[in-house]
Amino acid sequence: MKAKHQRLILALAALVAITGAGLLAVSALRDEAAYFYAPGDVKTKGVEPGKAIRLGGMVVKGSLKRAPDGVTIRFDVTDGKATVPATFSGIAPDLFKEGSGVVAEGAFDGKGVFVATNLLAKHDERYMPRELEGMNYNETTHEMKTER
Amino acid sequence: MHRFANPARFLKIARPLTGWLFWPGLLLLIAGAACGLWLTPADYLQGDTVRILYIHVPAAWLGMGGWTGIALAALMQLVWRHPLAGVAGRAIAAPGALFTAICLATGSIWGRPTWGTWWEWDGRMTSMLVLFFLYLGYIALANASARQGQAAGQGGVSTVTAIFGLVGAVNIPIINRSVVWWNSLHQGPSITLRGSSIDGSLLWPLGLTLLGFTLWFAAIVLMRMRAILAQNKVEARMQRLARG
Repeated sequence: MKAKHQRLILALAALVAITGAGLLAVSALRDEAAYFYAPGDVKTKGVEPGKAIRLGGMVVKGSLKRAPDGVTIRFDVTDGKATVPATFSGIAPDLFKEGSGVVAEGAFDGKGVFVATNLLAKHDERYMPRELEGMNYNETTHEMKTER
Repeated sequence: MHRFANPARFLKIARPLTGWLFWPGLLLLIAGAACGLWLTPADYLQGDTVRILYIHVPAAWLGMGGWTGIALAALMQLVWRHPLAGVAGRAIAAPGALFTAICLATGSIWGRPTWGTWWEWDGRMTSMLVLFFLYLGYIALANASARQGQAAGQGGVSTVTAIFGLVGAVNIPIINRSVVWWNSLHQGPSITLRGSSIDGSLLWPLGLTLLGFTLWFAAIVLMRMRAILAQNKVEARMQRLARG
């Protein structure tokens, strides 16, 4: 065997070993590296009240309610497996709306309601013009009208 | 590939090729950016903010593609002892790091109005930041070995540096899969083998900027390779003169 082939085999074997080690580390990190808990995870694993976590999922359509004080909102977060009620006081990001993704930072209170201290909007991988969504955008008033 | 092992033969091809990559690349990326700014419709959800995509995506692609190039060059150096492999690795490192930084910066600027945050430690962002640090480490190692005159025959890239380049490649599939394996704030992949979830009317300028930035990147790498070869020649001549 030529020295060149020996080096090639050595390099490839090392690469396979390193990639394997990397993948093992990544799969071990699977839960720790998750950026947020989905409502389904909360249900199966259980999160004790008061523990600071992030809760991520979709805002259930029709669940968004504004409290009389004007700054507190209540909404339900779902991942299709479970639904969790949440509340938040403060300014939500522009993209936060019903039927859209949300990541909330906060903790559960004693009654199973998630009290968020910060809201982040999560959008999906679709990009399209407004006409396709059946929405009409008024350039002067900046209003969005749904046709459907 | 060993036909190009002779630097003179490589330079004969690289010199005219640089211009052929640089100017069409620049033209395409300016055209693509202009079309993305003025000709495409706004996104249904994000409005005009979505237009940063035409810079952000090519920057991410070249940051990751650059390291893939470094890893391939390292393999060429370690296995075939190709004399230009080290030169190529060093030439790729700086523009690769720059595009990774552009990706991180544009992503941060994009994240503030859409997600409501400049930075979060989710899988995609963290693994991309790790890539940036890998570039800095590679540049530091390569500079150190070049300055000490080690590995002069390997374009200034010592064996340890090349191994570092090879090992760092583990991060590339992790970046790519980070939004699939873990819950993340960053959305999932838009362009997959099954097609694109970016509507065609928003997608086409991305093709222009992707191609434009890629050609431009290749031109910069060729320029830097020529500069490193010229510098090596100067140093070799100085050493001959010093020895008398």
